[in-house]
Amino acid sequence: MNGTARNNGPFDRSRLERAGRWALPAILLVASIWLWDRLVVWNEIPHYVVPRPGLVLSTLASDWEILVGALGVTLTTTILALAIAVAGGVGIAVLFAMSRLVKMSLFPYAVVLQVTPIVAIAPLIFIYVDSRLAGLLICAWIVAFFPILSNTTLGLNSVDNNLRDLFRIHGASRRQQLMLLMVPSALPYFLGGLRIAGGLALIGAIVAEYVAGTGGVGTGLASTILEAGYRLNIPRMFAALLLIAATGVLIFAALSLLSHLLLHKWHDSAVRPED
Amino acid sequence: MLALESVSKTFSGGVEALKGLSLHVSQGDFMSLLGPSGCGKSTVLRLIAGLAEPSSGRVDWRSDRESGRVAFVFQEPTLMPWTSVERNVWLPLRLGGRSFGAARHEIEQALGMVGLEPYAQLYPRELSGGMKMRVSIARALVTKPQVILMDEPFAALDEITRFKLNNDLLVIKERSACTILFVTHSVYESVFLSRRVAVMTPRPGRVFREIEMSAPYPRSDEFRSSNDYLSCCKEVSAALREAAGGAA
Repeated sequence: MNGTARNNGPFDRSRLERAGRWALPAILLVASIWLWDRLVVWNEIPHYVVPRPGLVLSTLASDWEILVGALGVTLTTTILALAIAVAGGVGIAVLFAMSRLVKMSLFPYAVVLQVTPIVAIAPLIFIYVDSRLAGLLICAWIVAFFPILSNTTLGLNSVDNNLRDLFRIHGASRRQQLMLLMVPSALPYFLGGLRIAGGLALIGAIVAEYVAGTGGVGTGLASTILEAGYRLNIPRMFAALLLIAATGVLIFAALSLLSHLLLHKWHDSAVRPED
Repeated sequence: MLALESVSKTFSGGVEALKGLSLHVSQGDFMSLLGPSGCGKSTVLRLIAGLAEPSSGRVDWRSDRESGRVAFVFQEPTLMPWTSVERNVWLPLRLGGRSFGAARHEIEQALGMVGLEPYAQLYPRELSGGMKMRVSIARALVTKPQVILMDEPFAALDEITRFKLNNDLLVIKERSACTILFVTHSVYESVFLSRRVAVMTPRPGRVFREIEMSAPYPRSDEFRSSNDYLSCCKEVSAALREAAGGAA
């Protein structure tokens, strides 16, 4: 009886929780922005050290053209790098799944590539690669492809053994096993890797831009930050930072949505218990 | 139709699963392999299905195993969770190169036999345990196999569901005229379902005794409470105890 009252009452726990999921971070955000603003005002901090939130927003509006152009460049690098990371990561994972020999030979190098900090490799890449875009793509790709490779490899190897036997009993070809069994089994793992890779591709693109420097036309958000730093245009640095963070969140949200669309009908990770 | 002659199987880790097992299955038979856990019952099915090779001895088929005439039902429903019931049932035909459209009639027929036609579009996660197992059986029936190998298919189900599926399995068996080799560790289930029960010894497994069930088909719920049934159960239980060396 108690349970019934609780479930139907105005303080329904699950509804409260759902509202809280949005409301709590929002309240925290507003409070922090307010505190930031107050701290700047109370301590009389000059805008070239820490700008007030309002100034960051107005800079975002006034410098919109520069910032949006730079965002376009960074986003293009990120998306292209992610696409190549998906193609490369999935391709190599399939090779690994098909041949243990290939996996044994190549996997250590994939790990080495992953554990070496991109900041350390990037300067070399820009020495050897003429095209700026190619250099940026290589850097972002190195960072983004590993989670896709390792997750997809795990997924391809996580096929239900009984299903594998069933395919054998009915004489499935290797291609049928791959396409009808291994790929769908690996999909949730791949999508998990993709979500991590999306964020990493952005980080890779930004780091590569830092290393590539501010020279040339059509530079991205990292270059904008560097350049604004040289000119002590701190509000623009904040505005660019805001855009980078927003882009990261958007990429994550988009990939989460994709994951939900592909899995919500069948995979436990995407199925709500009350469904 | 199918014979295993002095089959032994030792796994790479040195575990001896089967030793000198002989078994003859004839066309249209319903045979149960009964034995304690780990006695190699499932290994027998895997050898017959061609999923493993015997270490020694022979598995002889009168007909061609490669012609897709064997179907396997696992202890778990083993459905592809990412696709619908009807597409799960389509799988064996799909692997044989049949399009969904061309296979539609067989799929509907197989789903009809297990009473799941209205659920063709659902996903496995939307089904109960018993319904999932029915899908698994429909998938086995869809190729019209000569032999269905069933590896403790109802072991994970509750008793009410298991009884219902036992009854339905006998009806399906009568209608499809296939041969069924059924692995179970339940004396009651083996007696209710089979024409013959092969009692196995503990590992390394071999057939200790084959017991003929004289009760005629069709068998219904009334059979479960008949004296015939009880005396068969007693006989099989005694054989099982004897096979285990009196330890059980």
